[in-house]
Amino acid sequence: MLSHIAILLENQPGALSRVVGLFSQRGYNIDSLSVAPTQDSTLSRLTMTTSENPETINQILRQLFKLVDVVMVQNLSEAEAHSIELAIIKLIASKEKVEKIISNANKLEGKILNEQDEHTMFEIWGDSSNIDALLASLKDEEFLEVTRSGLLGMTKGSVALNTNDQTKISYD
Amino acid sequence: MSKNLINGGGALIRALADENIDLIFGYPGGAALHIYDAIYQQNEVQHILVRHEQAAVHAADGFARATGKTGVALVTSGPGATNAITGIATAYMDSIPLVVISGQVASHLIGTDAFQETDMIGISRPIVKHSFLVQSAEEIPAIVKKAFHIASSGRPGPVVIDVPKDMTDPKVTFEYKYPKDLYLRSYPILGEADSAHVFEAVKILKEAKKPVIYAGGGVIQSNASEELINLSKMVGAPVTNTLMGLGAFPATDNQFIGMLGMHGTYEANMVMSEADLIFNVGARFDDRITNNPKKFGLEAKKIHVDSDPSSIDKIINVDVALQGDAKLVLSQLCAEFKKSELENADLKPWWKQINGWKQKHGLNHDMLDLENQNEIILPQQVIQSLYKVTKGKAFITSDVGQHQMFAAQYYKFDEPRKWINSGGLGTMGFGLPSAMGVKFAFPDEDVACVTGEGSIQMCIQELSTCSQYGLPVKIVNLNNRALGMVKQWQDMQYGGRYSSISYEDSLPDFVKLAESFGHVGLKVEKFSELNSAMEEAFSLKDRLVFLDVLIDPDEHVYPMLEAGGSMSEMRISKKDKTF
Repeated sequence: MLSHIAILLENQPGALSRVVGLFSQRGYNIDSLSVAPTQDSTLSRLTMTTSENPETINQILRQLFKLVDVVMVQNLSEAEAHSIELAIIKLIASKEKVEKIISNANKLEGKILNEQDEHTMFEIWGDSSNIDALLASLKDEEFLEVTRSGLLGMTKGSVALNTNDQTKISYD
Repeated sequence: MSKNLINGGGALIRALADENIDLIFGYPGGAALHIYDAIYQQNEVQHILVRHEQAAVHAADGFARATGKTGVALVTSGPGATNAITGIATAYMDSIPLVVISGQVASHLIGTDAFQETDMIGISRPIVKHSFLVQSAEEIPAIVKKAFHIASSGRPGPVVIDVPKDMTDPKVTFEYKYPKDLYLRSYPILGEADSAHVFEAVKILKEAKKPVIYAGGGVIQSNASEELINLSKMVGAPVTNTLMGLGAFPATDNQFIGMLGMHGTYEANMVMSEADLIFNVGARFDDRITNNPKKFGLEAKKIHVDSDPSSIDKIINVDVALQGDAKLVLSQLCAEFKKSELENADLKPWWKQINGWKQKHGLNHDMLDLENQNEIILPQQVIQSLYKVTKGKAFITSDVGQHQMFAAQYYKFDEPRKWINSGGLGTMGFGLPSAMGVKFAFPDEDVACVTGEGSIQMCIQELSTCSQYGLPVKIVNLNNRALGMVKQWQDMQYGGRYSSISYEDSLPDFVKLAESFGHVGLKVEKFSELNSAMEEAFSLKDRLVFLDVLIDPDEHVYPMLEAGGSMSEMRISKKDKTF
């Protein structure tokens, strides 16, 4: 099963490599990973997917939380969460043909970004599995390039991956 | 100029002094020169010059294990940093609090493949608890504060501070103030365990008819021996220690059944396989303990006390997890145990069974009394002689291999922090430098390094450091003229095909070697000379003595768990096995 994990990380040099390194060091797979700054410039937010069994996921969550640079960890798969992925795809096809592909795509939304010399670039977003299905349906001779954001996600309601808390440790 | 103005190098050393560090181990080099200049200009922090950076880290590690304080090593960039890596990994695997400071090329050169540049933060990443790259000199005091806090708290471990050369530039000065407090956004330290879980654990402890207490290095880290003894006395269960936990529970106590695991005692491993309750405190169900985890403790309930949540359910799933500091959790358990009105189960039948095992295949601790016509010295006898001469009170460091297991089996450690060995990483070369660290911490105590002729050659250069600082450690070299543990495996599993384990014709004359560094060398070849040589070695209080003992080259370490089997599947001797 694909698990979806959100991480709030100190925006420190080397912090990302600690997270990624943890996965390779302990033999866990990363299926997708996306990283970007947050509203708080000292923190980055990571979303990653991994297809490990539930026991391994538990171990991954604990190992992640042990990293000093990891501020918060959330297993989005176990929460009520909204998730979405964006893909940009380039096909050797006309604009009209691509418009048809977008409108026929199952539970995905999208729009054309650019057409140049019979090469059409479009963006499409929705469930990762539907993006997989769309990509699988494309003809080899038409397909040129794809880039995917990896799954992004957030829990519904009041629960948030957000903190300003600094723990003061006093040596007085 | 205000007197509080200081440069980065000065700030670094002054921050160490503010952490009550008066001793560091290191080796200078280009990127660390400003720091070394700062060391020269003060006298609060003494620097010990070793002969190889690996030894600096091992010495700081030995100091930390013996004292419970955080050890400090200082190395330069590039090869200095990479040489420190084995030492850092050793400390990481055994959860030892260390702060390792590495010089780095100047900030503007990072990434240019500059002379003696290596990505220390990257190279050390998988083997540190945390690391810091200094990005401005003014941050140094706060980084040092955080580094010591992280290294020593929770589950301890090594922390690296990588210091680019420009951060210690003498021309860049600032006002020094050592922070009282520190701020960390996410660094929970566990204290007491959940009281409902404590209640549940006590119920299981009282009901168990065949309980065993399995205690590891976490008890020593947490200084929880007293609490462990208290609980063990209340429960009345047999107690076994891991290799890392030896000394946490007194070995001469009647409830002690020896070390468990790969080379654990027959009775300890039988107890683990037949128990109906395995109470693990401060150990991690390491593969040298469990043997095949699928066959581990199938009949037993399991309780696990650990300060690291990621250790829980990692290898073995447990019935009750007590997440917290061993000292606090054991106190909670003692209090709850006293309060509980449940009856203690009758453990007499269990002890009868255990004593039967002990009689059947227990270790013979009286091998010095054996008739010995042919004068061949057995390694076990050397450890027993060492135990006798030091009255069981010495600090014993070891290297890795057969000698390490013989020391663990036959030196009966009654106190924590007296047994210093590389359990997790299994680092040959650890013994001598760690003994130096211990001797600096306890100059008036006997410190012996039990080693083999293979291991000792991995850090033998430190005989020179011992000369320089007058460190009278005793080196007990179990010389079997081969890499004994490898040879044992080749005997048992590779049809006696001795691949690359022998160097008999090229071994140094250890007596002359020791003498060339100004030490005393003694060679023992006959059993009848063993005790007197051992006594002589320890009577020379102010001298390093290298005791080169020629032992039986064919001896194996037993018991030995059979790979892939359960904990009851053991080889007892060359001929006997339980399966």
